[in-house]
Amino acid sequence: MTPKAPPTPPEQITYANLLFYGSWGAIAILLITFGVYVSGILESYIPINEVSQYWSMPVSHYVHEAKIPIGWGWVTLLGNGDFLNFIGIVLLAGMTIVCFLVILPNYVKQKDIVFIVLVILEVLVLCLGASGLLGTGGH
Amino acid sequence: MLRNGCRVLTVKAVFLFLWLVSSPAWATVEAAAVEGSQRPWWFWPIVLFFFCFILGILAVLAGVGGGVLYVPLVSGFFPFHLDFVRGTGLLVALAGALAAGPGLLRRNFANLRLALPVALIASSCAIVGALLGLALPTNIIQIALGATIIFIAALLTLSKNVERPVVEKQDGIGGALKMAGAYLEPSTGENIEWKTHRTLPGLILFIVIGVMAGMFGLGAGWANVPVLNLLMGAPLKLSVGTSKFLLSITDTSAAWIYLNQGCVIPLMAVPSIVGLMLGSFVGVRILAVAKPKVIRYIVIIVLTFAGIRALMKGLGI
Repeated sequence: MTPKAPPTPPEQITYANLLFYGSWGAIAILLITFGVYVSGILESYIPINEVSQYWSMPVSHYVHEAKIPIGWGWVTLLGNGDFLNFIGIVLLAGMTIVCFLVILPNYVKQKDIVFIVLVILEVLVLCLGASGLLGTGGH
Repeated sequence: MLRNGCRVLTVKAVFLFLWLVSSPAWATVEAAAVEGSQRPWWFWPIVLFFFCFILGILAVLAGVGGGVLYVPLVSGFFPFHLDFVRGTGLLVALAGALAAGPGLLRRNFANLRLALPVALIASSCAIVGALLGLALPTNIIQIALGATIIFIAALLTLSKNVERPVVEKQDGIGGALKMAGAYLEPSTGENIEWKTHRTLPGLILFIVIGVMAGMFGLGAGWANVPVLNLLMGAPLKLSVGTSKFLLSITDTSAAWIYLNQGCVIPLMAVPSIVGLMLGSFVGVRILAVAKPKVIRYIVIIVLTFAGIRALMKGLGI
């Protein structure tokens, strides 16, 4: 007889469920916004047939020549078809932060000081990365 | 029967792809890359989508992450600058890890207690790696990328992972971090209990892994698995699962840096992410009929080839 599978910690289940719905939701949004972009329903910030002029150059040149905002500047351009895609991309990149914030109370309830500290530090590191404060201006 | 026919056809397509990228036939595509800007806007996204679809199949069959194939091959053979390829490579690895993560966590094939301390180190260092990668000249990054890819190919050839390493006594750090658990091995119906040892050297190695993941946009499954399995003593299945889940944290931090610097162009990112994810699903299905060992060796050859190419590109040869 097959033994019963060892129980999965509840915080791990919560994390998994959140990640599942968040990631697939983000990918669905990405597909819809990409459809909007390539169909031309919304005007693009960089005309779609001019994008290939930029993707061969270093990012610093691209940002300069196409006047691309860095950091969170893209939010102001969400009305454009190309930047609309950033909603799904940012959701994908942001899911981990959300998951950690949601499971933090579990560790607090367990009075697991080590993991409370680790989760808080991880969230801070990811938020620092996401903040747009770190940057070198490219090469 | 039809299903089997499709699988055989897909396996043949994989071999055709491998032959293509390692033969002069690719020269035609490369010539097209040179005149990239003269093509209609949809040409490269469509080529990229199908290329990534096959990459996704290959990655599953060869047991490697998508990012490690994506960055050297796409930067070597497509007209995109390495900055955009690295940014997209991280998103590709991230999307794959996010999609696989929930299933792995639910079945205890990935473990939060094992992943979190390691992820904190790797994700902090991935930020440093990403900043370094964007600050250094492209040719230096290209040379380092080439050397790393050749090293990974050697590692894939030589590394002999252990199914269930023997850990007689857990070390102090592993104990304090409660790095232990159990999962049900479906093939044997056995509950596998595990704990870690040599935790400190393992954590130190994740500094290097994080920096490399951020610098090259490669994902880091190729390095995570040997460290978790061979050094820290986690069972192979748990190491592979936790490594895949870890990428969702490590790559997130580096992906934000690339995203904030403008390294994500939706017209190349979306076809890459979707193509690779669809390819991974098909790859899992054809795993039953393919001979992964043969494909793994072919992937190693392609990686070596891509590494040499990146080196030559970096050296201006």
